[in-house]
Amino acid sequence: MTTPAPLLEIDDLRVDFRLDDTTVHAVRGVSLEVRPGETLAVVGESGSGKTATALSVLRLNPEPPCAYPAGAIRFDGRDLLTVPDRELGRIRGADISMVFQDPMTSLDPLQRVGAQVAEVLRHHHGLPRSAARHSALEAMDEVGIPDPERRYRQYPHELSGGLRQRVMIAAALVGRPRVLIADEPTTALDVTVQRQILDLLVGLRQRHDMAVVLITHDLAVVAETADRVVVMNAGEIVETADVHDLFARPAHDYTRRLLAATPRLEPA
Amino acid sequence: MTLLELDGLRKEFGARHRTVAVDDVTLTVHEGETLALVGESGCGKTTLTRLLLRLLEPTAGTVRFDGRDLAALSTAELRRVRRQMQVVLQDPYSSMNPRMRVHDIVAEPLVTHDPAARGRRGRAATAQRVAALLEAVGLDPGIRDRYPHEFSGGQRQRVSIARALALEPRLVVLDEPTSALDVSVQARVLDLLAELQQRLGLTYLFVSHNLAVVRQVADRVAVMRRGALVEVGTAADVFGAPRHPYTRQLLDAVPVPDPRRARRTRDTAPPANAPRDPAGPDRPADPTGQVR
Repeated sequence: MTTPAPLLEIDDLRVDFRLDDTTVHAVRGVSLEVRPGETLAVVGESGSGKTATALSVLRLNPEPPCAYPAGAIRFDGRDLLTVPDRELGRIRGADISMVFQDPMTSLDPLQRVGAQVAEVLRHHHGLPRSAARHSALEAMDEVGIPDPERRYRQYPHELSGGLRQRVMIAAALVGRPRVLIADEPTTALDVTVQRQILDLLVGLRQRHDMAVVLITHDLAVVAETADRVVVMNAGEIVETADVHDLFARPAHDYTRRLLAATPRLEPA
Repeated sequence: MTLLELDGLRKEFGARHRTVAVDDVTLTVHEGETLALVGESGCGKTTLTRLLLRLLEPTAGTVRFDGRDLAALSTAELRRVRRQMQVVLQDPYSSMNPRMRVHDIVAEPLVTHDPAARGRRGRAATAQRVAALLEAVGLDPGIRDRYPHEFSGGQRQRVSIARALALEPRLVVLDEPTSALDVSVQARVLDLLAELQQRLGLTYLFVSHNLAVVRQVADRVAVMRRGALVEVGTAADVFGAPRHPYTRQLLDAVPVPDPRRARRTRDTAPPANAPRDPAGPDRPADPTGQVR
């Protein structure tokens, strides 16, 4: 079996936040890669730099104060840190899309959810309204939203947290991206809903041969979904491993401490 | 010995569109135990804690603390009973006044409830007591003049635990006390709570949606769904041999931090877009499909 070439490659990324009197080095030389059909989990506690790393891929960190003093993010032969904004705009949502923790803050409260799912198609693919609507309804159905016709016309506040998260996933997937970056996609959800969303992400990744970068603080979520794992602490990668190796033989002391602190239903 | 007794407790909200938030809950909490109240968002667990602290009036039913019906107490008596029931909330930042120093935050219950803590002589005694409380929760008493924003989430939660212990309560309601914390910090705060319980003989009502955390701390577990208790039992029974299908559903959904076991459950699970239990928690309870 040959390993496919990496789809997205982060090389020695450095992310600084330049504040009035100080510079915070949020990411200090991170290198990682994801292949088609693979889920890479980036795990760490608050302040580890995992979200700053994820947001860098689409340059979504606010600039200023954010700056990228070094590193490259390679996708399709281009460096996303240096491509012109117009080109990055074409990549966002179409080739690489993102799902965030809190759908309430990333969905527009004043727009019907269906229009928000269809927007990617209208904007990126220039689809006419009716074709975009049709594809959006399909995407909503695929992510398990019951009665998509009715939901299409509703506003975010009319949906439960689980349904809102599904809408956001539908919006992220409708453009058939090759890379999906999911930043704590289930952290705000109840456990039974979390289970459904994780199963959904795993199924969609397999069906569409996507590369998924999953940002999370939760090692149990990692165990459920990831193929490979990057463990971050204080802006650096402390360990990169196959998921089975990481849990069976954690190499780094920090990883061992995280594992030991993770509560579990049954003793290991 | 029974410390807290809820009998047929019920709370309805709204006049025209009546919502039953707590539906005939009967529950006993024994002195010195940790009873965990688990359930998903909107199940009524927070309303239930507000009823038992008498921050809300129940529609029906009684709350007895140490054998006394809270509804029958005079204002002064209720005040005395309330000293013995304290609460620690999920987000220590929003439950603390950002303009108050740590010393004043921890001292506030003393000053409010105890005339002896006021005045010049009271101030010295209060300062001593605050220092002792900070030490008890593993903080350096030297931080007394600092503000909440200067601390990490774990440190802030320790400050709110110190504040809750200031009046030497018998019952502490812990409402998702570690949900906002990183796992390594969570582990240390849980250790601290266990140590304090042992040392001070505290009774905990531990409200949480996190079953893996509950597994670690609870002696007994009450599972709540749509305002009602579906199962109450010892932690060993509820986790080892759950009787109610909803409890089983909750337990099955908990992610397992072990890739081999996690994948095994995945292979037997129905596909994500298979029809779900129409009464499942992903659906709003309201039949019109609108979220309340």
